Amino acid sequence: LRRLCILKGIYPHEPKHKKKVNKGSTAPRTFYLLKDIKFLLHEPIVNKFREYKVFVRKLRKAYGKSEWSTVDRLKDNKPTYKLDHIVKERYPTFIDALRDLDDALSMCFLFSTFPRTGKCHVQTIQLCRRLALEFLNYIIASRSLRKVFLSIKGIYYQAEVLGQTVTWITPYTFAHDHPTDVDYRVMATFTEFYTTLLGFVNFRLYQSLNLLYPPKLEVQADAELKPAEGKEYAMDSESYLEKLSALSASLARVVPPTHEDEVEIDEFPVEGEVAEQMDERKKEQEALEKHKKLFEGLRFFLNREVPREPLAFVIRCFGGQVSWDKSLCIGATYDVTDPSITHQIVDRPRVQQQVVGRYYLQPQWVFDSVNAKLCLPVADYFPGVLLPPHLSPFVTEQEGDYIPPEKLKLLAMQRGENPGTTLGTVVSGLGEESEEEEEEEEEEEDDNDKEEEEEDESEKEEEMKLKKMEEQKTQSNKVQVWAGKLRLEDKERLEQEQQSEEKRLAIMMMKKREKYLYKKIMFGKKRKVREANKLAAKRKAHDSAVKEEKKKSK
Amino acid sequence: QDIRNTVGNIPMEWYEDFPHIGYNLEGKKIYKPIRNKDELDMFLEKMENPDYWRTVQDKMTGADVKLTDEQVELVHRLQRGQFGDIHFNPYEPSVDFFTHEVMIHPVTNRPADKRSFIPSLIEKEKVSKLVHAIKMGWIKPRKPKDETPTYYDLWAQEDPNSILGRHKMHVPAPKMKLPGHEESYNPPPEYLLSEEEKLAWEQQEPEERKLNFVPQQHRCLRAVPAYPRFIHERFERCLDLYLCPRQRKMRVNVDPEDLIPKLPKPRDLQPFPTTQALIYRGHSSLVRCLSVSPSGQWLVSGSDDGTVRFWEVCTARCMKTLPVGGVVKSIAWNPNPTICLVAIAVEQSVLLVNPCLGDKLLYGATDQVLESYVAPEEERIQPVQWVRAPPEEQSRGIRLVVQHSKPVKQVTWHGRGDYFASVVSDHSNTQVLIHQSSKRWSQNPFRKSRGLVQCVLFHPIRPFFLVATQRHVRIYNLLKQELTKKLMANCKWVSSMAIHPGGDNIICGSYDSKLAWFDLDLSTRPYQMLRGTHHGLAAETQSSALLPLLPPSDLLQNPLLVPVKVLKGHALTLDLGVLDIVFHPTQPWVFSSGADGTVRLYT
Repeated sequence: LRRLCILKGIYPHEPKHKKKVNKGSTAPRTFYLLKDIKFLLHEPIVNKFREYKVFVRKLRKAYGKSEWSTVDRLKDNKPTYKLDHIVKERYPTFIDALRDLDDALSMCFLFSTFPRTGKCHVQTIQLCRRLALEFLNYIIASRSLRKVFLSIKGIYYQAEVLGQTVTWITPYTFAHDHPTDVDYRVMATFTEFYTTLLGFVNFRLYQSLNLLYPPKLEVQADAELKPAEGKEYAMDSESYLEKLSALSASLARVVPPTHEDEVEIDEFPVEGEVAEQMDERKKEQEALEKHKKLFEGLRFFLNREVPREPLAFVIRCFGGQVSWDKSLCIGATYDVTDPSITHQIVDRPRVQQQVVGRYYLQPQWVFDSVNAKLCLPVADYFPGVLLPPHLSPFVTEQEGDYIPPEKLKLLAMQRGENPGTTLGTVVSGLGEESEEEEEEEEEEEDDNDKEEEEEDESEKEEEMKLKKMEEQKTQSNKVQVWAGKLRLEDKERLEQEQQSEEKRLAIMMMKKREKYLYKKIMFGKKRKVREANKLAAKRKAHDSAVKEEKKKSK
Repeated sequence: QDIRNTVGNIPMEWYEDFPHIGYNLEGKKIYKPIRNKDELDMFLEKMENPDYWRTVQDKMTGADVKLTDEQVELVHRLQRGQFGDIHFNPYEPSVDFFTHEVMIHPVTNRPADKRSFIPSLIEKEKVSKLVHAIKMGWIKPRKPKDETPTYYDLWAQEDPNSILGRHKMHVPAPKMKLPGHEESYNPPPEYLLSEEEKLAWEQQEPEERKLNFVPQQHRCLRAVPAYPRFIHERFERCLDLYLCPRQRKMRVNVDPEDLIPKLPKPRDLQPFPTTQALIYRGHSSLVRCLSVSPSGQWLVSGSDDGTVRFWEVCTARCMKTLPVGGVVKSIAWNPNPTICLVAIAVEQSVLLVNPCLGDKLLYGATDQVLESYVAPEEERIQPVQWVRAPPEEQSRGIRLVVQHSKPVKQVTWHGRGDYFASVVSDHSNTQVLIHQSSKRWSQNPFRKSRGLVQCVLFHPIRPFFLVATQRHVRIYNLLKQELTKKLMANCKWVSSMAIHPGGDNIICGSYDSKLAWFDLDLSTRPYQMLRGTHHGLAAETQSSALLPLLPPSDLLQNPLLVPVKVLKGHALTLDLGVLDIVFHPTQPWVFSSGADGTVRLYT
């Protein structure tokens, strides 16, 4: 039943009267709708499951009697079942399937990192790996990645596939220590369904882009000419998957790509608000296009200590070119020594041999740039430098929420310097770069100076105020003015007080239910404010501590 | 090999704890060779003895045996996987038992069996079994392998209208919460937990935690470890997906400001008292009760110090002090403007006092009315005793004393000014008594006790009499002498009651700080309940304070209770604040008496 429920997506139901349903006791039990269970009974797959059970029993018996011919015969006739109709039934339209893709993707990515031994079938793992790679390749081909987030749990990706946002998480590529309190059979059942779903979704997605499915690489024709290259790394059968996983080559299309994408939207003369809306939409579209071409023309090189797959995926998604050390993985397109490399991703505190003409950057730069939708200034991300905080792109601050200062800075940058910077940094040559760096350093110094100046100014202002106060005290004429001011404040305060009192009295007159709701809402609001204040205070304390340390070190 | 030890093929560990190692052929014990070498000796021997490496211990005898060169060679050969015997050649040319060349003569000349040229019965049986099984359908032909591709365009012809009914009801699984800044591998420093927070996080139950992880900061991406609970989290998500009941919850998305009822502005409802104007000082103990003369010129207050004071309202001057010799529980000024009389409840008696204030004609007339009483011929049995005050008390103003059998709690006048009612703290049916002052005649209106009476009231217009017990308010018709209505107060213990001068609305205050508002034309249940923020006695103050604030009852509009102002002034003494509160009959003024021994006027 559990398996059926998972496959068919049946979930329990919370009854309205728990006591009535449960014959008077309030012990926690799961309740399913009778309708749902009847629905499950009519499922043809139930018979298949029974067949499979019988098959397993027969096989065990044959093994026990060591009748090998029977075993062979049974294995030959192993009953199989397909989940196609269930997928179709659960997701009547393609959009529905896309909407529910989050869990499927996360699960497939998790299973694809499992070791090939124990826990679950090797075929499942391989299938998961293949499907996940196919999906990644689709994302690259369609350039639909939007946000990336490096969390302590794993890497979150968010893509926009046919108007639906799909978010998935991949674990960092380390061996898992398999927990004992996890029921792998449940996970395997989920994965079984998810692989089927993802396969069909992939097929449809590839079709929508006129790509071949199963995917073929464009370079494969070349690779066939010199098959020796591939054999260094893997057997022939595996090399296909490996190459696919390299994510470096673009996919072959059914129809060779023609330049018809750039058909501009016909412009109709429209009036008023519609025109404004159209303009806004157009602007958004432009911004999106720009975002998609963020790394266009840049050539990256990944050092071997950098996680290759996520970085290669992200960079390729935004139009950049990537390569890595030849011995690291198949599919490297150019060498370290290639002079046309613009950015080298390094994750060590120091770089041994620096080649002139390229930035040495930490991997966070790539992710932050993607999230900021513009190429960030590189100075903060040099190797060995203390990195700026990595912010979550999924948080959209509402009014009254706490916004970290880095985010404010970023928002300002997006507003002010959005036009120009994205391409500006790309075009800038060698000489300019060094100049820019210097300038940036200078700017930083300037900032510090400015801050100090500001402090000085504020101190001065305070002094001035004090002086003025003293003057006022000495001059009797001005005392009256002072008093007048006070009265004005009093009036305002009185008014406020009166209003607050009125409000309090009105609250007293509220109905009980509404009062409860009101109190709850107000409590929630207050808690939010309190949390924001707490964060702000913490930040302030931290900043002041850092400043003091700096002063001490100076 | 000669067998000296007869123990046989057994694990020799069995003899570990014995001094002997077995038995010889004669059945005598074979003792273990003496081994007194310690580690150092062993080491020295290892270093010095050139044959140490080829010395092994014989398990059966326990003696050290030095291997000969041949034996060592044998061991080496065995280790290399070669045959032990040097002379054995494993690659000798093989000689076939039967040659492969066909000879002209057979090896044996036996004629062929009959069974070799007639069909086999056993095989026939087997085949016939198979044929039978196929005929019966027990053996099915091998199914051809499914050649359809595993993946195809499943949604080739999708029809959005063909959604099953079940899927209309289907609640899609909610998406997982997206991570915030605190989950970053390099979060802003304010999101990191401090020591105390971390400790608090560890002490919380895993279900209660707001974050299911501790925010951590890593210097670079290279230093980020794998998340140990990743599989757990995916598994929990799976469990949620198939074991959690799903429900559509309507999120209340209300602006809290909209919830506050729109009340008329208090400014539009003026006049009402807003500020404290006068303080009447003089009492030395808490002032329990207050009453204002119908003209609005005089105020009388009764206190725990055993005195009754008469004040002039406008000047806050104490005109007269009347010692009554006991705690004044209740006080009421006769509402009839032509009669100048005050009823005071002191201990077991009700005093009728002529304050001798104001117009001399007026209080003279009052005295005359009282004096004009002629005792009836036949003495009627009365529940109380009417006594004329002695002359020295007469001079102070006390005219009549109505002596009850029990302490009197409350006294209240009828609107006409002739009748008054008193409440006695008693459980019998004589709790409530109605007296006629001109005829000095009292009667007990009830035959049966209906619970502890808290207070009574005369209806201002109609001949109704309101009695408030702990939970209910009963309304009796005095003319028909019957119960007309019973109001449920919905509270634990009614403390006070007040009625609108129009006579339609009643307000009940209770000790559990609730306020019930009844409309007599509507149901017997409260029209509206208010929860006071004050406790106990304070509710009483509210009840009378709010009453005249009912806006002039407009028939088209529902009457509304509008709190307009919170008046503050009295200090708390003995956990008691305001004890009584009275409105001025003609002006929008409020008098309040407090436990601090003062009476205050708010205008």
